[in-house]
This record gives sequence, C-alpha cells and structure tokens, in this order.
Amino acid sequence: MRIGVVTFPGSLDDHDARRAVRIAGGEPVTLWHGDDSLLDVDAVVLPGGFSYGDYLRAGAIARFAPVMSALIPAAKGGLPVLGICNGFQILCESHLLPGAMIQNDHRTFICRDQRLRVENATTAWTSDFMPGEEITIVLKNQDGQYVADEATLDELEGEGRVTFRYVVEEGGHNPNGSYRDIAGITNRRGNVVGLMPHPEHSVEAGYGPSLDGLTFFTSVLKSVVNA
Amino acid sequence: MGNVVVDVMLKSEILDPQGQAVAFALPRLGFHQFTDVRQGKRFVLTVEGEVTDEVLAAAREAAETMLSNPVIEDVVSVRAESPPDSTSAESQA
Repeated sequence: MRIGVVTFPGSLDDHDARRAVRIAGGEPVTLWHGDDSLLDVDAVVLPGGFSYGDYLRAGAIARFAPVMSALIPAAKGGLPVLGICNGFQILCESHLLPGAMIQNDHRTFICRDQRLRVENATTAWTSDFMPGEEITIVLKNQDGQYVADEATLDELEGEGRVTFRYVVEEGGHNPNGSYRDIAGITNRRGNVVGLMPHPEHSVEAGYGPSLDGLTFFTSVLKSVVNA
Repeated sequence: MGNVVVDVMLKSEILDPQGQAVAFALPRLGFHQFTDVRQGKRFVLTVEGEVTDEVLAAAREAAETMLSNPVIEDVVSVRAESPPDSTSAESQA
C-alpha cells in the first residue's frame, strides 16, 4: 500500500508523516511539489509546515504547485487525501474543502496536547475510530482559526462533515477561535480530510501524548484495501 | 513601465487579529479616537509599457484567483497607478 507524502519548500512534518505511514504498515512514497505526477500512490498526505513561507496566505502558493495539478483532479475522483495543519490550509485554498484558515484569535503560536472528539468515523481516514471517541494529539499552529460563512457551517454540520471538534470545557474557548469548535472536516465523498492537529506525531510509544494518530493511517490502509 | 495596484481586505465579518493588535496598541501612544483598525494588503504589479485594458483584466483575474481568497477576503480595487512624469523620474535617478 503506497501512501505519498508531498514535500513543499517549507514543509516540516513530511518526515514524520512518512514515518507514521511506515509504522502503520504502509509504504511511504516521497512526492515533490515540483513534479506533476503522483507516482501511482494509493493515498496522499499533505504535511504540516510553512509551505513557501506561508507568504500571501497559509497554503495559498502551494495550491498552485505542479503536484497540485495532479492531486486536485485525483482527489475529486476519490483518492484519499489527508491534509494536516498546513496541508489542511492547502486543501481549503484549493477548494477541495470549504472555508478558510486565518490567524489564531489570540494572535500567538500554540503548541500543546489537544483533546478532540471524533464526530465522523466513516471517512477514509477515520473509519478505525469509534463515533464520539475522544483522542489526544498534538496541536501546533499560528493560523489555525477555521472560518466559513454560516450557510457553509450549517451545511457541514447538516451533512455530518465536521470530522473532528476541539473538546472545550464548559464556558471555555477552543484553542484558536475556530468557528463551532471545528478542528477538522471532510468532503461529501469522505475521501478528503483536513485537520489542524497532528496525528503523525502520535504514532509511537514514548513520543507524543498517545498513539491515537496511528488510527488515521490504519484507517486509510484498510479503506484502500476495501476500495 | 506601468503599475497596477490591487487592494485586498479581509471581509468585514471575519475577525482581523492583526488589525486588533494595532487597535489595542494605538491608545498606548495617545491615539484614543480610533475605535477599530482593519489591516489589508496592497499589491503593486509592474508591466512593461502602459497599463492597457488587457493588463487590467489580467490583474483582476490574478486578484480573484491568487492574490485574494474569496472565502475570507474582498478585492477592494484594481486600478492603474498613474506613471510618474519624466522629470520626477529623472530627479529620482
């Protein structure tokens, strides 16, 4: 099972993503932003970092990289794609997912272990979770505030496409001001998932707050086999 | 040589953290009259020769596709910047 991980100039977590694929039992394949080929991979991860320095807007320039000219039609055709952090921003800028990411409402970089609730356990990347399961993975970002207009938010919720929500204590605030505590969403087909926190950092005992991240990768390996 | 100036602003309903940071800092300098600050982006696109209608149309397309994200931002204006006259250009050189 070949899972591609795209390296853009400024990607930071591409190595960890490839490592996570390997630990989950897949074969990681390095994809390069300047190539317009996906090398026949079975799924793709867009990793975290600051692609092209995040100049203009986070993910805005990466969206026009040659590799995206192959990825966008493949994703629309059903190829499983996971966007993590900067990868989520790229998916929004590419209009593969609705909404956009802006600066955290408190204007500071955040780095912490974050509790999430799995709201949709039917996507290509979440099928090994239980619906409603709570997981803890790392959150680290500057531009992590998910925004969209009310109609889009209602549509996402109505169609069950909010995939992860930040677990917020009563009267508390989510970590970046995201509308309706949204941490991750999916497209209608459930093959494209974007989230702000980082599953690839929580896949091995002794590193990170849990092994919850591994489930993203075991989910997609099964969904590819079943496809 | 001509320039096209593109101004982009966050939509009014989107929180502007940068503008807020500026708004909170202004009173420390004694500016108490400004109740809100919104921070935008200006792009200056330079072309060889004059800014024709075709150039402006291309700038508009670039503004809508790449320079702004229509989900969160509005392209406020796309306009030709009047070229500096030759005497001032010489004096700058």
